[in-house]
Amino acid sequence: MTAILEFWNKFITMLPELMEGFGVTVTIFALTLIFSLPLGLFLSFGRMAKNSLIRTLSKIYISVMRGTPLMLQLVVVYFSPYYVFGIKISNSWRFTAVIVAFVLNYAAYFAEIYRSGIESIPKGQYEAAEVLGYTKVQTFVKIILPQVIKRILPPITNEMITLVKDTSLAFVLAQVEMFTAAKQFAAAQASVMPLMVAGVFYYIFNLIVASLMEFAEKKLNYYR
Amino acid sequence: MGEKSLLTINHLKKSFDGQTILKDISLQVSRGEVVSIIGPSGSGKSTLLRCATMLETMDSGELIYMGEKAAQEVEGRCVYASRTDLRRIRRYFGLVFQNFNLFPHYSVLKNITDAPMTVDKVPKKEAEKRAMHLLEQFGLADKKDAYPFQLSGGQQQRVSIARALALQPEILFFDEPTSALDPELTGEVLKVIKQLAKEKMTMIIVTHEMQFAKEISDRVIFLEHGNILAQGTAEEVFYSDNARIRDFIGKLNS
Repeated sequence: MTAILEFWNKFITMLPELMEGFGVTVTIFALTLIFSLPLGLFLSFGRMAKNSLIRTLSKIYISVMRGTPLMLQLVVVYFSPYYVFGIKISNSWRFTAVIVAFVLNYAAYFAEIYRSGIESIPKGQYEAAEVLGYTKVQTFVKIILPQVIKRILPPITNEMITLVKDTSLAFVLAQVEMFTAAKQFAAAQASVMPLMVAGVFYYIFNLIVASLMEFAEKKLNYYR
Repeated sequence: MGEKSLLTINHLKKSFDGQTILKDISLQVSRGEVVSIIGPSGSGKSTLLRCATMLETMDSGELIYMGEKAAQEVEGRCVYASRTDLRRIRRYFGLVFQNFNLFPHYSVLKNITDAPMTVDKVPKKEAEKRAMHLLEQFGLADKKDAYPFQLSGGQQQRVSIARALALQPEILFFDEPTSALDPELTGEVLKVIKQLAKEKMTMIIVTHEMQFAKEISDRVIFLEHGNILAQGTAEEVFYSDNARIRDFIGKLNS
């Protein structure tokens, strides 16, 4: 009984800071998605461009972003203003650097998902739209993209779940998010309990993400 | 000829990867005419249709709709009109595909109304009135809220014909409209096409349905190895002296 009470007391004391960290985690997650989902679409256009220079550059970019650790990319982005432009790194740059690195990295993954989706749409859909007189933009926005979104929801969900867990990498730039906060408590209390609590938080967050995406998939199931 | 010719194709040549598909095709279609294009597989029928509907570009030759040049010869090269001109010219014709190519995420009604609303800026009410009229005509009024996957192949093809007609084209192309259908469903699609022929819709139909071609065509074109081997009324072509044509038609009848 006292053990439970002790746990509860510890839990209550660390909850405010954990929640604050959780807020940062959610913010990194949301901002990354808001910017990387559209950026990934444009990157996929580059990857499929007729112009071979654009195509090759996009391909190299995607290859590097997917082929090197996100942790390294965070460090590179954080220090690049100093090494490239000689600008002194300010404290406020920390959080921005985290977002920039996450967006650049996730856009590369999303680009490949978009590409696979776009390439899976039958040529006949484009031809039908062309003969009916739709412009290229109308064809993409009205005919192709809605079908692409339906097809890529499952792989996008995967990336979103990975992103939730990847937010903990922000610690390399000393950005205090939930995992960093939990680690500090773990060190102070000499116990893994705070990390376990953080784990539960991640799990619940992902459960919500997965459920929302499943709901979206069901919503789009009205056609095949 | 002259202004009565809805579609004129002059000296169309087309090859893919060095292999000649269409050698030198010239063709004129007048208002109200129903023209069937028949011939063995690989004879270039579909390519001819795809060149006429500008889904493929011609290597050389002229393509003229209602006197407007979509493509013409300039110094031995085939030059297409500007994008805006082509968009306008494209409105003269519609195309019905072998595998329908309906938009799966749109209901039957939206499949038919979306192009007039998006492309021609037809008001929603008017577009829906037009669509419902076509659906009633084709016996599909009760399917207006269904999605393509819920329809049989024959119903899907009738919807795709309605979709093409909703833009009120001058001329309608059919690319083997019944090849993806079983005989039972083929009948209901052919019935619709016959109905259109009665209404004097100008149509060019690539088909393997010989009996059907014979019944509805004002003119039959027999294509082989990228050449027009024969053309004329159904009687003239089907009872031709040409051994190759007789052989082809004989095989289909037996």
